[in-house]
Amino acid sequence: MAKSAYQASDTNPITRTSAFYTVRQWSVRHSRGLERIYQMLATVFLKLHPLWKAIGYRRVEKPVVFVEKTVKSFLFDCRMCGQCVLSDTGMSCPMNCPKSLRNGPCGGVRANGNCEVEPDMPCVWVQAWKGSRNMQAGDNILQVQPPVDHSWRGSSAWLRATAKSAEEQAAFKEGAGS
Amino acid sequence: MTAGASEDISAPLPPLPGHTSRGRLERVLRAGEFAVTAELNPPDSADPNEVFERGAIFDGWVDGINATDGSGANCHMSSVSICALLTRVGYSPIMQISCRDHNRIAIQGNVLGAAAMGVNNILCLTGDGVQAGDQPGAKPVFDLDCMSLLRTIRQMRDEGRFLSGRKITSPPQVFLGAAINPFAPPYDFRPYRLAKKIDAGAQFVQSQYCFDIPMLERYMEQVRDMGLDEKCFIMIGVGPLASARAAKWIRSNVPGIHIPDAIIDRLEGAEDQKLEGKKICIEMLQQVHEMKGVSGAHVMAYRQEELVAEIVYESGVLKGRKPWKRESNPDFEAVTDAVETVREQINTPIDPAEVVAAVSEEQ
Repeated sequence: MAKSAYQASDTNPITRTSAFYTVRQWSVRHSRGLERIYQMLATVFLKLHPLWKAIGYRRVEKPVVFVEKTVKSFLFDCRMCGQCVLSDTGMSCPMNCPKSLRNGPCGGVRANGNCEVEPDMPCVWVQAWKGSRNMQAGDNILQVQPPVDHSWRGSSAWLRATAKSAEEQAAFKEGAGS
Repeated sequence: MTAGASEDISAPLPPLPGHTSRGRLERVLRAGEFAVTAELNPPDSADPNEVFERGAIFDGWVDGINATDGSGANCHMSSVSICALLTRVGYSPIMQISCRDHNRIAIQGNVLGAAAMGVNNILCLTGDGVQAGDQPGAKPVFDLDCMSLLRTIRQMRDEGRFLSGRKITSPPQVFLGAAINPFAPPYDFRPYRLAKKIDAGAQFVQSQYCFDIPMLERYMEQVRDMGLDEKCFIMIGVGPLASARAAKWIRSNVPGIHIPDAIIDRLEGAEDQKLEGKKICIEMLQQVHEMKGVSGAHVMAYRQEELVAEIVYESGVLKGRKPWKRESNPDFEAVTDAVETVREQINTPIDPAEVVAAVSEEQ
């Protein structure tokens, strides 16, 4: 590559300063509280399932995605993969891993706990392990996560999870009734 | 091997009960022997002989040859083609698959192709980031990760189905491996991660370079407490450091390799640093051999591949066991004999007519 007058300060594909990670690290430190909030939110969403159904999941998707994206982007630097695993990964979003590891950390973690690809970024999986230790369901981090379904990118993980638990609830009731 | 020349050396071994592959590495490990594997330095060339030559260096000293898949994100001959060449002449390659360069469609296709060409061992890796290599502008794929890759191949093998659920008529019979790095944070999570890999399908693991025995011992203690050494064959990576300068460079530039100061001081103090590096490697290998729960060693001697045979020999970890050797390769005695004969006859003048007559008489 020819040298030009302009050289990017950081030649990595994703260029950020360490200040960028402040909120993300706050979320990991407060993983227990966020877990509680998430559980409450999930219950509310599940209670609203008849309403979602009445309006139509497809119709509510757009506004829900907007809210979800805003909130999670601020707190976790969410990438909207559509299959959120934050509650299993210590409230540290694995999609921020430059290798998009869903089952990290890789062997390249630096001795100071930072990423091998982005030297200024704390490894999201080192953070995940820390965050998970404070959480009630922290041992979920020991489960193997399936590969990401890339066709779900940009969709609402909240609505998907709600619809799924509503289905499970219905199946459970049916099973108990018969 | 009594069948002689008529036997096809590239054919798989007869299947054994309880074995998932028909390769030598699994047999050696399951027999409880201390297995040794090495890493082939992939050529930047389209010449098959370069692969054969680089494989021949390990002949008779290792139970498996790792074919790296663009290690360090540098472009070389691909692992699937190196394996295809090695199996042709009977070697037992361990095909590395890194998730950096292929998506799930390409990987599953390659697994079938490799198994069809006689590859019995597959090592599932996530792979280094593209920034580490010679082409940092490449698109990083990372569709699967090492864990989901293990699961995918295990599903292909055990259930005979692709990730999509579509049926495979003849599933790939492979021995599945993964990598571990006990020398990178978060240290307390590392054994759990090994447990996850075993859960996902890893039958053997090869570790990153070990230069710190106490740290490895702490890791292995936890691994043994969790009973993981009984569920999986653990092979520890060792390798010679060429010099103190090289060691320092590796420490600050290659992610994931931990070299304690004591090792660097020892290298700096030595008269012949290369020899000292080899000595350290042999000591590591011997200590790893004695460690409970360790089933083998992975000797990585990048650009010093000729040292592997010496290291394995001098460490004595094989205890007299002789790994498989290419039969078509003449042994050293035969070569010496031939050289002697040539030397004796080199000054004798040859009359072409006499030679022709002699040959026709023989027939």
